[in-house]
Amino acid sequence: MEMNKNNQRRDFIKTSAILTGGALLSPFSLSGAYAAGNDVIKIAVVGCGGRGTGAVFQAFETGHNIQLVGMADAFQDRLDQAYDRILNKFGADKVVVPDGKKLAGFEGYKEVMKEADVVILAAPPGFRPDHFEEAVRQNKQIFMEKPVATDAVGIRRVLAAAEVAKAKKLNVVVGLQRHYQDNYVETIKRVHDGQIGDVIGGQVFWNDGGVWVRERQPDQTEMEYQMRNWYYFNWLCGDHIVEQHVHNLDVANWVKNGYPVKAEGTGGRTVRRGKDHGEIFDHHVVLFTYEDGTVIHSECRHFPGASNRVDESFQGTNGKVYMNAGNVGKISSYRGSVMYDHNGENNINPYQKEHNELFAAVSKGEYKFADAENGAKSTMTSILGRYATYSGKVVTWDDAINSDINLKPDKLAWDAMPKNVPNNDGFYAFAVPGQSKVV
Amino acid sequence: MWKFIGISISPMRKNDCENILRNYLFSMLKFSAKFGFVVLLVSAIGWVTSFQTKNDFVSYTQSIPSTTLAFDMAPIPGGTFVMGSPKGDAAAAADEFPRHEVTVDPFWMGTHEVTWDLYEIFLDKNFETSISEGPLSPEVDGLSRPSIPYLDMTFGMGKENKPAIGMTQYGAIQYCRWLYLKTGIFYRIPTEAEWEYASRTGSGTAYFFGDNPADLDKYAWYSANSQGSTQEVGKKEPNPWGLYDILGNVQEWTIDHYLPDTYQQRQSKGTKNPIYTDEELYPKVIRGGSYASPVEDLRSSNRIVSTASWKRIDPQIPKSQWWFPEAPFLGMRVVRPLTPPSAVEIAAYFGTSPLEDY
Repeated sequence: MEMNKNNQRRDFIKTSAILTGGALLSPFSLSGAYAAGNDVIKIAVVGCGGRGTGAVFQAFETGHNIQLVGMADAFQDRLDQAYDRILNKFGADKVVVPDGKKLAGFEGYKEVMKEADVVILAAPPGFRPDHFEEAVRQNKQIFMEKPVATDAVGIRRVLAAAEVAKAKKLNVVVGLQRHYQDNYVETIKRVHDGQIGDVIGGQVFWNDGGVWVRERQPDQTEMEYQMRNWYYFNWLCGDHIVEQHVHNLDVANWVKNGYPVKAEGTGGRTVRRGKDHGEIFDHHVVLFTYEDGTVIHSECRHFPGASNRVDESFQGTNGKVYMNAGNVGKISSYRGSVMYDHNGENNINPYQKEHNELFAAVSKGEYKFADAENGAKSTMTSILGRYATYSGKVVTWDDAINSDINLKPDKLAWDAMPKNVPNNDGFYAFAVPGQSKVV
Repeated sequence: MWKFIGISISPMRKNDCENILRNYLFSMLKFSAKFGFVVLLVSAIGWVTSFQTKNDFVSYTQSIPSTTLAFDMAPIPGGTFVMGSPKGDAAAAADEFPRHEVTVDPFWMGTHEVTWDLYEIFLDKNFETSISEGPLSPEVDGLSRPSIPYLDMTFGMGKENKPAIGMTQYGAIQYCRWLYLKTGIFYRIPTEAEWEYASRTGSGTAYFFGDNPADLDKYAWYSANSQGSTQEVGKKEPNPWGLYDILGNVQEWTIDHYLPDTYQQRQSKGTKNPIYTDEELYPKVIRGGSYASPVEDLRSSNRIVSTASWKRIDPQIPKSQWWFPEAPFLGMRVVRPLTPPSAVEIAAYFGTSPLEDY
């Protein structure tokens, strides 16, 4: 049965390649589907938490003829919850996931994506290199969430796979959704057009009260506990400078049209130091220097009770710009006159737009999106920041991206041990600036 | 001269309710004199009737045990008022008709909208533990808390003395549960009728001070004076019952599920403590207008509804049962009924989980 399906798929791809051709058109696209009188786009999801499930909903809500054919998650309960919700919402015509394509554990992702045209990669970021490499190997169109790795070893794998994806003309959309949010697109376009002159400085923030904590349960192995409480472990999450602040650092890179050459900074664990808080810091303050000498100040912290700030500001030789995720984009002169004030009313939901554009390209057989390289380099920017705060040293981009420190456990299994395990009091070792070797 | 009702933390003794009434009438007279709406006074006497009195029914300060936090409660005497808008009111929507008589039992109401200072310790158990003297009680420790939002729910508008915003009705109710576990006193959000009654201070005009929106600036933050942001609570004058920002600043949660014809179903005289609930998540009634509202939306009779679109940009499924990432104008205020419900009713109120949202 499976063989048949695979054969059909291969025939189908051949048909498609012959029928479409053309430089813009992907040999692995679905354009032939229409020619063959079958416009179904099959999708699979790897990582069935709230975000993976949300991305599946958004895929369906593009209005294309979507069918969900595969699901994988490390945890059976998360898999079952996600399946039930998706089935309940979209029905058995659209959700065709037999038991053999609904797999719990660490390895199921390879199997569940086999019949899919498009895969959604939404597991915790530490798994992204594995999942992305496999999706590219299997010639899938890809939506993958940010960040795309948690250490330089993972980044290099994603960059290599991104090159292969380009060569194969596989669309890759990365969930750095500000790239699909009108206020950012419109405002940064004007910055690139020179409205504020040369950008000579900026400040980017993700300061808020923090995220969820999942307490240790008595029956959990160390691996299961870390996987459930994944935000607090670097091999899975990368620290919040990576997991959240990557959005703001990505905006800095976008505005600067490049990536920093070095970083220096300070961070630590000031207010969040419990047993359930793993090894990540609760604040990072980093200066990123770009090739032209521009310095971007970056700040992220998880301090409940303190002021919040999540936004991006940049200063140019002729004006300044302010943006935030609430659809705000404002360009003004230093004398206060407003040169552009984005109207954020009824702007399309950027999370939906990512999928609308990806599935539109896939359905037309177009090759339009190659987000993986920037996704990897912006993720690397945030990892560089972590290397700087953890080490307390000035860290160059080149040293950082060539780091051979691999955070991933040697073996992925419920009874295997992650590299950082708690001491007798239940606390984890964490980086000490000036002492820890992190690069 | 109204201030003593709202912010005085010295206990009020007997006859306070009569004082409140007298004070109220004085205020109305003041307005009447100012604006020449003599009819108001006459109407007010007719509408505000049957105040109930009770010796310990006075304003008080509720402190949160083991912390330095506290909030003030003002007594709202029970009574009968006319709910909805008068026939022919051009600013009113169809759902505000017909105007009808409603009686509500006495309750206390928070003098201020709930601020982030209070809401944030409910939000984050670790934070609550870190600022509390001594450990949390097992009940408080075990309480299910909001998911910590994935984006900045202050929307850059600040926290200190600013109203907490963007919470769902379930989030507002669970905050009350946390208060109950902390203080042993039953707090809840108001019914639509209680809110309108307290907001009106019994008056029959568009706003508690009269019909002229030009006077709103003295009492309320709204689109014309807010610079597009929530404002610190309590910076404007309160209404005659001591409620600050009861109009404007942030919309306030009520218990009621919205029906466009709620009032038509209440034709009979003497509707008492009306409430309409439904397990459906939308639409619920919110009241009062916000910093972003035009003057018409601040009218006491204006009924506003919650919508699923306020979770549009929540990228998760199921969508958060705690947060509306696109409702920065929505907050809450607590009430405490003078006669608390039974333990069973309290358990049902707090223990009802909302439907999954997707």
